[in-house]
Amino acid sequence: MEMIEEIVTRIQDETEGVPIRTVKSFLTKIPSVVTGADIVQWLMKNLAIEDPAEAMHIGSLIAAQGYLFPISDHVLSLKDDGSFYRFQAPYFWLSNCWEPENTDYAIYLCKRTMQNKTRLELADYEAENLARLQRAFARKWEFIFMQAEAQVKIDRKKDRIERKILDSQERAFWDVHRPVPGCVNTTEMDIRKCRRMKNPQRVKKSVYGLIEEVQSQSPVHTPSQIARKGTKEDMEKEIVFLNSQLDRHCMKVSKVAESLMSYTEQYQEYDPFVVSPEPSNPWTSDDLSFWDLEASKDPSQRRVRKWGFSLEEALKDPAGRDQFLKFLESEFSSENLQFWLAVQDLKRQPLENVAERAQEIWTEFLAEGAPSSINLDSHSYERTSTNLKDPGRYSYEDAQDHIYKLMKSDSYTRYLRSNAYQELLMMKPETEQQQGRRTSLEKFTRSVGKSLTGKRLTGLMQSS
Amino acid sequence: MGEMEALRKEADNLKDQITEARKVVQDTTLQEAVAGTALVGRVQLKTRKTLRGHLAKIYAMHWGTDTKFCVSASQDGKLIVWDTLTTNKVNAIPLKSSWVMTCAYAPSGNMVACGGLDNMCSIYNLKGKDGNVKVMRELAAHTGYLSCCRFLSDSEIITSSGDCTCVLWDIETGTEKTIFAGHLGDCMSLAVSPDFKMFISGACDFTAKLWDIREATCRQTFSGHESDINAIGFFPNGNAVITGSDDATCKLYDLRADQELVTYQDSGIMCGVTSLAPSLSGRLLLAGYDDFNVNIWDMLKAERVGVLAGHDNRVSCIGVSSDGMACCTGSWDSFLKIWN
Repeated sequence: MEMIEEIVTRIQDETEGVPIRTVKSFLTKIPSVVTGADIVQWLMKNLAIEDPAEAMHIGSLIAAQGYLFPISDHVLSLKDDGSFYRFQAPYFWLSNCWEPENTDYAIYLCKRTMQNKTRLELADYEAENLARLQRAFARKWEFIFMQAEAQVKIDRKKDRIERKILDSQERAFWDVHRPVPGCVNTTEMDIRKCRRMKNPQRVKKSVYGLIEEVQSQSPVHTPSQIARKGTKEDMEKEIVFLNSQLDRHCMKVSKVAESLMSYTEQYQEYDPFVVSPEPSNPWTSDDLSFWDLEASKDPSQRRVRKWGFSLEEALKDPAGRDQFLKFLESEFSSENLQFWLAVQDLKRQPLENVAERAQEIWTEFLAEGAPSSINLDSHSYERTSTNLKDPGRYSYEDAQDHIYKLMKSDSYTRYLRSNAYQELLMMKPETEQQQGRRTSLEKFTRSVGKSLTGKRLTGLMQSS
Repeated sequence: MGEMEALRKEADNLKDQITEARKVVQDTTLQEAVAGTALVGRVQLKTRKTLRGHLAKIYAMHWGTDTKFCVSASQDGKLIVWDTLTTNKVNAIPLKSSWVMTCAYAPSGNMVACGGLDNMCSIYNLKGKDGNVKVMRELAAHTGYLSCCRFLSDSEIITSSGDCTCVLWDIETGTEKTIFAGHLGDCMSLAVSPDFKMFISGACDFTAKLWDIREATCRQTFSGHESDINAIGFFPNGNAVITGSDDATCKLYDLRADQELVTYQDSGIMCGVTSLAPSLSGRLLLAGYDDFNVNIWDMLKAERVGVLAGHDNRVSCIGVSSDGMACCTGSWDSFLKIWN
């Protein structure tokens, strides 16, 4: 709001602003107006905007919030042409936190009917509003009528030209707060912010200076949150926190920038908003084959390449996970991944199964003489065994992290260099020939691996 | 009051030292580092689908992990699960309280959650035995409105609230597991890291905080915004945080350098940011604003490369599907649009 008001002030400046003048029209003078085109031009020049559409967008925003308005229309929009606009008086600006009550609106509509000028006649929707308000305020209509009369008296005392301007500004104010049906009400607030408005006491100001008891129907009429004042305890906590922050090791911005750049570069080809996906974007072509390819058990070269980005990516793709597992089996080190997968599964179990599953994992992977014994450092081993005294979903968090790091630095890097992976990577779209070329050694190791690890773990693992 | 004064001085001193430490690692700026990178070309996305059905302002939406379903919440008191490809409504769930402000889709696809002025997070089971969608749990303990919620799994969910705290809940027992307190203003938004070990929250105290879920501590705090932070998200690699604020700017903070890298602002943008989502690679940032538009930023070069104009009222929520194929915007004009 402040930014807009700053612009609105600048645009009306006598020397640097738009030309505001009185225009002579048939039989009358139209005071204090500027054309839409002038406004758009000024915005482009003074806000360094190249695209007129953008200037129109900003101009429309300013108009929608009532800071400027067309002199002969209730709808608050801006046109880039010779039509005339006037600026709103600061009294009526949104920053004054007006929440005008229906009583004020009733007074306004009532006074309009007292002024016998055809051009000030009520529009249809205004007449409907007035009828509704008369019914709603039936008991105090006399009061409202009197207030309207008083306002008319005050207005009559003003200079004719001044009145023309003020009348239009007052009308524009009500166009903002009681918009034409179908128009967006720009005063609508996000209910989350309502309580924290600039006017926290929500003292209702009357546009016409009435002092009144106000009933609000807003559901957000809860007592305002008492602002948290810093206590000594808060300060001490903050100091402890700040000390820990000071101890942190900050990475150099150059390194961090480098890593952001390489990440975006690596993934850019997979980003449909940057590079058009092959074979086609299902949203534009209505052809779902892209998604079929992504889900198929037979991965494309594109998918295989992604597995090489990180262990996370390889495990995210079910085909990637299967391939990596096969490789590990060939090296007789698949227990690490089996353990990791079992723990992931444990985290998804309903509470009633947790203790039992946790125990099964211990028996399978960590106990003395475990069939799929994993290699854990003594520190993690002790912590895990302590955790299991009260087994929970996260009892193996430590151990899982450790095993993950091991796989990442050791098995995963070897996997990427392996024949199995390299061949998948070189694979051309026609698959049959390639599969026939798998080395016989690979076939042998794979079948040996399978028979050794096959049955034992099926009870432990859910099929993915 | 001598003691408070002394404590305040100590805190200020530490803050200065931290600022110094951050300056020390600032051997370059992101702008300089990317000087050699080409600007991403003009990004033009079109509306492919419009999801019609809500009768009032839409406050929130969230994609499911399967990339075709999403859930939206509107002040007409409904939660709708959409098949975005066909635009069919898979579920239309009537809510007890119509003042809903947030919704979330569980990664498994089995549940959705929502909450708002009722101060509660209601969990709905989509895969109930008889096909009816029913309330599974009502998580009540917050003393302020529910601004955001995100599932960690089918058994855990994190919520942020107008009472300035975030809470980790156990859905099965319906109890609070951990309370994350520290913000001095309403928490408006939260996002979970890609590895599910941390989450970030943005609040009306103009700061963003990074929390360790298991350790239950605040790891880092980021400041710099001049007004409420309404939207927050992780950069796809999990090492940086993006925030959107009422001060009309978005900022990128890096976790390892512990500081702001860049601000996304433009003299032509004068409205607050309501929502944001990075594209799959992190190269683009899509942000929804109060002025009814979505601006697309080149995240590295910090320049606007596109605009999505199509809504007739404020854009209140935005999301990019997990395969990066589509962007969904929800607005106060009661429509959701799918863009790409």
